[in-house]
Amino acid sequence: MEKRDYHVTAETGIHARPATLLVQAASKYNSDITLEYKGKSVNLKSIMGVMSLGVGKGADVTISAEGADEKEAIEGIDQTIKNEGMAE
Amino acid sequence: MTSQVTGIAASDGIAQAKAYLLIEPDLTVEKTQITDTDNEKARLTKAIDESKQQLSKIRDIAAESLGEEEAQVFDAHAMVLSDPDLIDQTHAVVDNEQVNAEFAFKQVTDTFIAMFEGMEDNAYMQERAADIRDVRKRVLALLLDVTLPSPATIEEEVIIIAEDLTPSDTAQLNKKYVKAFVTNIGGRTSHSAIMARSLEIPAIVGTKNITELVSAGDELIVDGIEGDVFINPTDETVAAYDKKAKDFAQLKAEWDRLKDEPSVTRDGKHVELAANIGTPKDLEGVNNNGGEAIGLYRTEFLYMDSSELPSEDDQYEAYKQVLEGMGDRPVVVRTMDIGGDKELPYLELPKEMNPFLGYRAIRVSLDQDGIFRTQLRALLRASVHGTLRIMFPMIATLPEFRDAKAILEEEKAKLIEEGIAVSEQIEVGIMIEIPAAAVLADQFAKEVDFFSIGTNDLIQYTMAADRMNEQVSYLYQPYNPSILRLIQGVIDAAHKEGKWAGMCGEMAGDQIAVPLLVGLGLDEFSMSATSILKTRSLLKTLDTNKMKELASKALTECTTSEEVVALVNQYVDSQ
Repeated sequence: MEKRDYHVTAETGIHARPATLLVQAASKYNSDITLEYKGKSVNLKSIMGVMSLGVGKGADVTISAEGADEKEAIEGIDQTIKNEGMAE
Repeated sequence: MTSQVTGIAASDGIAQAKAYLLIEPDLTVEKTQITDTDNEKARLTKAIDESKQQLSKIRDIAAESLGEEEAQVFDAHAMVLSDPDLIDQTHAVVDNEQVNAEFAFKQVTDTFIAMFEGMEDNAYMQERAADIRDVRKRVLALLLDVTLPSPATIEEEVIIIAEDLTPSDTAQLNKKYVKAFVTNIGGRTSHSAIMARSLEIPAIVGTKNITELVSAGDELIVDGIEGDVFINPTDETVAAYDKKAKDFAQLKAEWDRLKDEPSVTRDGKHVELAANIGTPKDLEGVNNNGGEAIGLYRTEFLYMDSSELPSEDDQYEAYKQVLEGMGDRPVVVRTMDIGGDKELPYLELPKEMNPFLGYRAIRVSLDQDGIFRTQLRALLRASVHGTLRIMFPMIATLPEFRDAKAILEEEKAKLIEEGIAVSEQIEVGIMIEIPAAAVLADQFAKEVDFFSIGTNDLIQYTMAADRMNEQVSYLYQPYNPSILRLIQGVIDAAHKEGKWAGMCGEMAGDQIAVPLLVGLGLDEFSMSATSILKTRSLLKTLDTNKMKELASKALTECTTSEEVVALVNQYVDSQ
């Protein structure tokens, strides 16, 4: 399993456009990918799951991937996060 | 079979095209126990796949006809449909409860909708709940095998047939192909009627049952001048209306020539012909129709088209755009008229028994003055970009006006202190729509800079007849001598104090009312932009002194609305 921690810096948190982009990025991979926040974990390929977490600016979250392409998945998602300046 | 239906003529013009029924089908879901759960899951997959295909098609068409930004809502819908949680949970319900796919899907989406609607913070989540509802409709329609209307995908010329049209319906219409509207309910002032006039297409409203009489694909002729609809017309009718359409086009061409001419009566008296607008987008229509001012900028749309209270900056941009677009031509901005029948999802206003007699407009503004101050600040900041006039709606008493004006002055002083430029020439007036204010106009005239008579409400309040209630629609009588006397009192009161009086209701562009209003000395006539040229053309035929005589006769001798109409026709014909 691959794991990475982030500190959310986007003004809107993981809502709206950032949420859409993350889900789109995650959906490209076969691995099971999850987003964890405040002890709750959701499927990062589910827009409704992601939004239901209500991740705001300043939140600390963890993204994990498990499966054949877990390395590529974590790298690809990391790229999206950095490119969009969502979190660090 | 050929048949004819008559309704209320709401927008001029003649159109001929096939009927398109914009009617929401029954999407009620029954719970049934099933044994073949795999089959149910397969049905769901098929419905979701088909929904995705439909959405992608709608998205492409919407991007082309409405613009990329409007089309993005369909991306959000497609994403909901691809959501693995949604699908997995629906499958789980099918498996565990052994129920049909539509029931399981409805139950799971209900949970998501409730979750998003229950989330505290924002309007954004409310919109997501609305997205899920929209997407659900599409999937359920496929599962239930009923047809869902899809106005965004219309690709041929059509006449829209509907119970009524809401702003979100019209936003999705591909206007290139919509030739006319016909609706069951509504009056000349309902949203669909106003929309049709701004699109310059014919419309007939209040036909009561057009949706039952017309089938999809029927050939229709719509005569928006008389209010007649012909269903599957005969060749003779088609020929007659082809001619009528040509004549109307010719008349319109004649009006178009008056675009840059002044608005003067036959004897050279100038009046101001202004336009009513709802958004900065309407400026184009004002300019195309030679509007000399904006007599009513309804700011409610800023509030209604948004999922949260519009910020000061957003409002400032809209006001600035309108003021700059008009150059030195004046713009009367009405402060927000919400409440009553205009609800805002993000502002919790109480449900009322009599919304038109309740908590609305200035009553809300004075009570929740934070919202009001934000709007006034935006207006004051924008005032340097043109000729701004501020108008307060639904004023019943002088203290209401004084309080509203005091708040305006406070915000002005604050801005000046902050070093922000504010125009010194802003006229501040009131809308006269409550009989109490009309009766006391002489006192109001000493304190306000102008009056604008809002006839739609003034008539309904004077006659005590809800203008949306068709059973009492006979009481909507703009020419009743009682209404004319109120109007006369308001105009005279304004003139006595050296102020001006305008009118921003439907009546200002009405061909029977205009001769009377000229006779009563009205200074400004504000109407749908598309009525301006027709009115300018009429004005050229009227002689002020004769119209004074007409008005005075109507006010002293006539006892009913019918007598007034007969008298006006007699005068206009004899000229």
